[in-house]
Amino acid sequence: MRIGVITYPGTLDDRDAQRAVRLAGGTPVPLWHADDDLKKVDAVVLPGGFSYGDYLRCGAIAAKAPATKEVIKKAQQGLPVLGICNGFQVLVESHLLPGGLIRNEHQHFICRDQKLRVENNQTAWTNLFEKDEEIIIPLKIGEGGYIATEDTIKMLEEENRVVFRYLELNPNGSMNDIAGLTNERGNVVGLMPHPEHAVEPGFGPDTAVATRSGIDGLKFFQSALKALVNS
Amino acid sequence: MPKIIVEIMPKQDLLDPQGKAVANALTRMGNKDISGVRIGKRIELHFDREVTDKDLEEAKKQAKEFLSNDVIEDVVAVTVEN
Repeated sequence: MRIGVITYPGTLDDRDAQRAVRLAGGTPVPLWHADDDLKKVDAVVLPGGFSYGDYLRCGAIAAKAPATKEVIKKAQQGLPVLGICNGFQVLVESHLLPGGLIRNEHQHFICRDQKLRVENNQTAWTNLFEKDEEIIIPLKIGEGGYIATEDTIKMLEEENRVVFRYLELNPNGSMNDIAGLTNERGNVVGLMPHPEHAVEPGFGPDTAVATRSGIDGLKFFQSALKALVNS
Repeated sequence: MPKIIVEIMPKQDLLDPQGKAVANALTRMGNKDISGVRIGKRIELHFDREVTDKDLEEAKKQAKEFLSNDVIEDVVAVTVEN
């Protein structure tokens, strides 16, 4: 299974995302923002970073890139797409996911190992989690405050489209403690924290068992591979 | 230089952290009567010729669809300066 990872000018975590795909058992395929050829990949990851220097609004310029336009088209046909951090911002600016992301309420950049609850395990990227499973993956973000209109929030909650919720601490003022969302079909998922940084023992968050042993992020990528095999 | 000026503000009911930080600093500097600050954007689109009605129409479209995000911002003005 081939999972594409798009690199925009200013992307930081493309290599980490490629590594996560590899560790999960897939084949990572580097994709370039200016190229509208998605190289027949089976899924796409929009990685974290500061695409186009966060100019205009985070993710706004990346949302108009040739590669993103193709992703939007294919995502509407069911292509699994995962947007991480800046990738989540790109998904929101592309209108693949509703709402917006604004500067953290407390105005500080925050970097911590974040506990989340998996609220929806029926998506292409979460099908290997238990419902309500608690996981810990790193969070590093300055503009992660999720906002939407009251009607949108109500719709997201009623349709079970909140995929991840922050636990113990809401790090950025997100409405309803929302850390991640999915689209109606469940193939597009966006979240602020970084699963690709918790995929290999020795390099992940600390756990009760051992320091840096957390690999809760691996299941995101394994879930996508499973969803592709089953489709 | 002929130009179209697009002015964008964060929505009224949203917290504007940048404005809040600047308001706090102004208060510290003794500006006790400034009760709040909100910070928006002014975007200038430059032309090497006179701006037409069609240009303005396109600028209004881009202001709404690309230059601003209507979830978090309002376009408060799109004006021509020929």
